[in-house]
Amino acid sequence: MALYIVKRLLAAIPVLLGLTIIVFVIMAMIPGDPATAILGSYATPENVAKLNRDLGLDKPMVQQYFIWLGNILHGDFGRSFALNRPVLDEVLERFSATLILAGTSLVLCSILGLLAGVVSAVRQYGWADKVITLVVLVGISMPSFWLGLLLIYLFAVQLKLFPASGMFAIYGGGDLPDLLHHLALPAITLAAVATGVIARLTRTAMLEVLRQDYIRTARAKGVPESAVIYKHAFKAALVSVIPVIGIQAGFVLGGAVYIETVFQWPGIGSMLVKAISTRDLLLVQGGVLVVAAAYVLFNLAADVVQTMIDPRLR
Amino acid sequence: MFRLLAAMSAAVTLTLTAPAFSQTPPNVLVVGQIAEPKSLDPHAVTAVNDFRILMNIYDGLTRYKDGTLEVEPALAESWTVSDDGKTYTFKLRQGVSFHDGTAFNAEAVKFNFDRMLKEDHPFHDTGPFPLSFFFSAVEEVTAVDEQTVEFKLNAPYAPFLSNLAYPTGLIVSPDAVKQNGKDFGRNPSGTGAYRFGEWEANAKVVVVRNDDYWDGAPALEAIVYRPITDANTRIAEMLSGSLDVMVEVPPDSLGQFRGNADYTVLEQAGPHVWFLILNVKEGPFANKAVRQAANYAIDKKALVDNILQGTAEVAAGPTPPAFAWAYNDSLEPYPYDPEKAKALLQEGGYDGGELTFYVTEGGSGMLDPIAMGTAIQADLQAVGMKVKIETYEWNTFLGKVNPGLEGKADMAEMAWMTNDPDTLPYLALRSEAWPDKGGFNSGYYANPKVDELLNEARQVTDQSERAKLYQEMQTIVQEDAPWVFVANWKQNAVTKAGVENFKLQPSFFLMLQDVAKPQ
Repeated sequence: MALYIVKRLLAAIPVLLGLTIIVFVIMAMIPGDPATAILGSYATPENVAKLNRDLGLDKPMVQQYFIWLGNILHGDFGRSFALNRPVLDEVLERFSATLILAGTSLVLCSILGLLAGVVSAVRQYGWADKVITLVVLVGISMPSFWLGLLLIYLFAVQLKLFPASGMFAIYGGGDLPDLLHHLALPAITLAAVATGVIARLTRTAMLEVLRQDYIRTARAKGVPESAVIYKHAFKAALVSVIPVIGIQAGFVLGGAVYIETVFQWPGIGSMLVKAISTRDLLLVQGGVLVVAAAYVLFNLAADVVQTMIDPRLR
Repeated sequence: MFRLLAAMSAAVTLTLTAPAFSQTPPNVLVVGQIAEPKSLDPHAVTAVNDFRILMNIYDGLTRYKDGTLEVEPALAESWTVSDDGKTYTFKLRQGVSFHDGTAFNAEAVKFNFDRMLKEDHPFHDTGPFPLSFFFSAVEEVTAVDEQTVEFKLNAPYAPFLSNLAYPTGLIVSPDAVKQNGKDFGRNPSGTGAYRFGEWEANAKVVVVRNDDYWDGAPALEAIVYRPITDANTRIAEMLSGSLDVMVEVPPDSLGQFRGNADYTVLEQAGPHVWFLILNVKEGPFANKAVRQAANYAIDKKALVDNILQGTAEVAAGPTPPAFAWAYNDSLEPYPYDPEKAKALLQEGGYDGGELTFYVTEGGSGMLDPIAMGTAIQADLQAVGMKVKIETYEWNTFLGKVNPGLEGKADMAEMAWMTNDPDTLPYLALRSEAWPDKGGFNSGYYANPKVDELLNEARQVTDQSERAKLYQEMQTIVQEDAPWVFVANWKQNAVTKAGVENFKLQPSFFLMLQDVAKPQ
């Protein structure tokens, strides 16, 4: 297992390298440059040339790439043009905020999705199944940013129960209850779609397993119903649900971009959108590199967990 | 599973019982900004969003008189200008110190401008300083004595005093720059009414009262600036009570606050003009009658009332009325007159050929460019002008428009916000400002009289003399119609009703020295 993990990690290096080249080339190809973005209406060719020189952007692209790569290997991610601070500080701060949001959402959608799916399958065609199926359908169909705005309107503006935006209170605050308070609305919004997907999949998987012969055998042996469902059926169904949760992790990270914007969550998604529009090359590179590395790790983790649950894969 | 549910419900209960948050404390003003500031180094930034903070931390040698765009003394108590208009000597205010305790004096002023302008200055690498060209006329700064500083210019340059009032002219503490180097922008120190408190990235910038402020300590204890990029979220925060002030309210939402006794809505026209650049070098717009026809054909009132929902006024000429002292108020906007437009098109020999129109998706000061572009297209179509729209993202758009429209397009949207009546016409209407000469005259307008007036206006230091020159220029330019003059934007803000003495300035700067919020 350890060897397998090391192999997978080594295989990720060329992927990440290739990715940085692609990002570099795309950023070079899209029109506009950081100097124009900074100067705005004042961007005369003369001013742009001077600012590019001050920013060190007057060298050929290939040379710039290798300078960047060399610096990365020394742990120096450079300085953001638009924010005037070290890229690594910004990226790590932003990424941890995204991890808190996406991680909470992932836990939330896994628990709620699995629970809803199991209940739905066990009570097939009962009222619980019907209600859950309806809610799930609504959850999947509603655009998440819209749901976010609705929740803000209801819970922040009308009921004043939760803050409308941000990660911590502006004064006081900064502790765990404060964080949870700010996290509630964005995490629920972000989890909505994934919860629906997982619930539907769990229901199908459970129904499949419940029809199997060994379940009938277990029931015939007199195993209590709760044990049949949770020990026998649920464990078997989980094997086909786990990879989907892995994929949902990707969607949740991607979906965080909108949710971060709606809730002003200081995450990496909203940072990347801003960085691209200001042509902040180093910030885009640093951000993409960290996100990509995280994807690789998440996929690896999902594979490892699946192998541990399913002996056939070992 | 039940234990899990129990844990979850415990978490929810904990969350719900968190402290009340939607009230802002007395004497602290919470301002909703549109973005995270780039830096609090006034020489390193270009965005109005950053200026809103900077103008309260720093002072310049001059500043704009309350409610006007006229210059008055600030850190400089008085000044004299030599007869040739090339030497400015400032007497500095005594007994002023920076927030870090060091003294403000002539050496400090010299340090500020040398850092920006001299490439061999030991702290020039704490830049870049993108707007340092505002002071490109400055040849040498000399500290004559402790309280006297002298600027030598390479040519007479009348806008110099108002450029000193612009954020690029604000005075920073040399000691703080020496101590923090490139990180000065996150550890700022000035002489202003508020001193820097803290900056928590992507959450807030806090400035606190400067009890020793030379112009009288402010009433507020602190100001908290919060970056909230999404306009809907900003509105939700305002409605939920977590903001005291919100700037740049979208037109659609102003109505929500108007007529509600809990809020005050403020509007102020500023030095902004939204216009269409016409390509006068080639194509139909080479003919003056066709250019005038476009000015008559576009229903500016409808654009301003319907699309911008009253958040702008119809523009009459190239200079916004906010420059009251230099504005020619005898100018009337081109009226909406499709019949006259049709007649002028015939007179100008327009052959019905298709026109290419560059439209941007967004960009600073561009208001609602796509909707406005479409309405303009329809208006021109109605008088028989065929218009093809090409839409570009802002940076790409600038890359296409700034090098000149020749061979590419007949017209393009544009908007400028400036601090002196000189800036826009000098950079965008002189024949010496064609793109190949490094200017912004992307439509290649040229009129020797306009060139002469604008050059002369830079040499004259007497304000009323200058005003006459600008007024004459406006009359000629309006008649020549190198642009379609469309709108002057009104800046807006909403405050809670309990916020006192809050004002918007025609400069678009947010001056919070006199604001109070007792509860």
